[in-house]
Amino acid sequence: MAEKKVTKDDLFWTFVRSNFLLGSFNFERMQSMGFCCAMMPIFKRLYADDPNEMKAALKRHLEFFNTQPFVAAAIMGIIGAMEEKRANGADISAATLSGVKVGLIGPLAGVGDPIFWGTLRPVLAALGAGIALTGSIIGPFVFFIAFNAIRLATHWYGVKYGYEKGTELVENIGGHQMHFLTEGSSVLGLLVMGALVAKWTTVNMPLVISEYDNSLGEHVVTTLQGILDSLMPGLVALLMTFACMWLLKRGMNPLVIILGLFALGIVGYAIGLFA
Amino acid sequence: MSDFQLILLFIVAAIAGMASVLDEAQFHRPVIACTLTGIVLGDPTTGIILGGTLEMMALGWMNVGAAMAPDAALASTVSTVLVIVGHQSIGAGIALAVPLAAAGQVLTIFVRTITVFFQHLADKYADEGNMRGIEMCHIGGLLLQALRVAIPTVAIAMVAGTDVVNNALNSIPEVITRGLQVAGGFIVVVGYAMVINMMNAQKLMVYFFLGFLIAVFTDVNLIGFGAIGAICAYFHIKGMQTDIAIEEAAKTGGGSAVEGDDIDDSDLM
Repeated sequence: MAEKKVTKDDLFWTFVRSNFLLGSFNFERMQSMGFCCAMMPIFKRLYADDPNEMKAALKRHLEFFNTQPFVAAAIMGIIGAMEEKRANGADISAATLSGVKVGLIGPLAGVGDPIFWGTLRPVLAALGAGIALTGSIIGPFVFFIAFNAIRLATHWYGVKYGYEKGTELVENIGGHQMHFLTEGSSVLGLLVMGALVAKWTTVNMPLVISEYDNSLGEHVVTTLQGILDSLMPGLVALLMTFACMWLLKRGMNPLVIILGLFALGIVGYAIGLFA
Repeated sequence: MSDFQLILLFIVAAIAGMASVLDEAQFHRPVIACTLTGIVLGDPTTGIILGGTLEMMALGWMNVGAAMAPDAALASTVSTVLVIVGHQSIGAGIALAVPLAAAGQVLTIFVRTITVFFQHLADKYADEGNMRGIEMCHIGGLLLQALRVAIPTVAIAMVAGTDVVNNALNSIPEVITRGLQVAGGFIVVVGYAMVINMMNAQKLMVYFFLGFLIAVFTDVNLIGFGAIGAICAYFHIKGMQTDIAIEEAAKTGGGSAVEGDDIDDSDLM
């Protein structure tokens, strides 16, 4: 029997399908159908002539799956390589396949979440939104093109290297390089967040603290904002950010906090604290 | 609003709905979804500005693990409809987006529960070796997500602009609308706080303060901050490499302290 080999075409279609991983996200097995559908081009290559193996493959990849969707592509490549070995008679049991898959969920999400959700998207979205606030269409374009270019590259190289390197790639995940990558992106992300707190937050407190005519006959008005700005501009925004972080850590729903801030805005405006 | 516009709006809202669950191409993010809705409604500029404002607020809305973000898709499409068709201010649009995000979250929870049914159907198809069947189950879940945004958006577009809705929106007292606008200026901190908490790196907070101080005392723009951040990241990683090399040298009992420079820096981006 000729050796079964996954082609570059199969990997390409797995890459295309990997873009729809979360389509049927549900509370029971989350991304399982998406994973199974993404693997189908590979299954068709490997198990087309063996209906029993095909059914078994479909069933085992309908098991629970949930990770960061971009890095999931690497798991698809790795599993593809393992399934190929299995189809060619290697001693890889269904339990091994499930074990590798489930074992990769945590570490890869641990890398993917801080990099893509924690840094890349907020930074690029803030950049795009900052331009969009001026009414320029360039803002949405910058965000959309930059984010998707990086995302698609992650998907494609994930599938490709996952397949080529197989479990060897797994060993690297625990290594230093991935740790460097997550910490490095956190450094960049936090620095930009600090800038956003200071610059892209508007708090104005015109509450008059004192008002008098000085010896030169000038009318001097001291507002709360003036005092705060002389201490440290952006201080109120910084304190508000810390308060939100604290509330979020205690498990408060972000929408509740937002509603609370709306209430603060309305009451503050009514009593003349904010403007 | 013309029938043609309603059809286009349905399509845009459906794409946003699908993107909200896929979380891939980002058509559900306010800066994209509001822009597209604005283009369909004939007022792209308002859409872009509202999108930018909402995006800042929603910066930290992310799906991590099993946790679900407030729904940016429904919030973006419907608030843009209300601002453009219902002639509301951007500030009112932001305020309306919050309850809409909560409503959208309830709807997506509902759909994600219904999709469990498709999951079990897919199991049956797997027993039969029916790949097409599993694909249909997968697409079925996706289409439900499209409809859960598209239907409410079009329904609201059909009533927005009518006297009843306009009168209701215009009867909101000024202290509320102005107060919401004021709150819109600082509501963004919730998003920042979510992002910072997500990174959960106490020892890296010094970089947060560095960014804050540079922003307070200089005029660097965001691209500049990105560049400064990249440089800081470079030196931070260099420092980590040195620490590791020293640690390993100590373990093996001597030898060169600065090894580990073979780490490929091109992997960093």
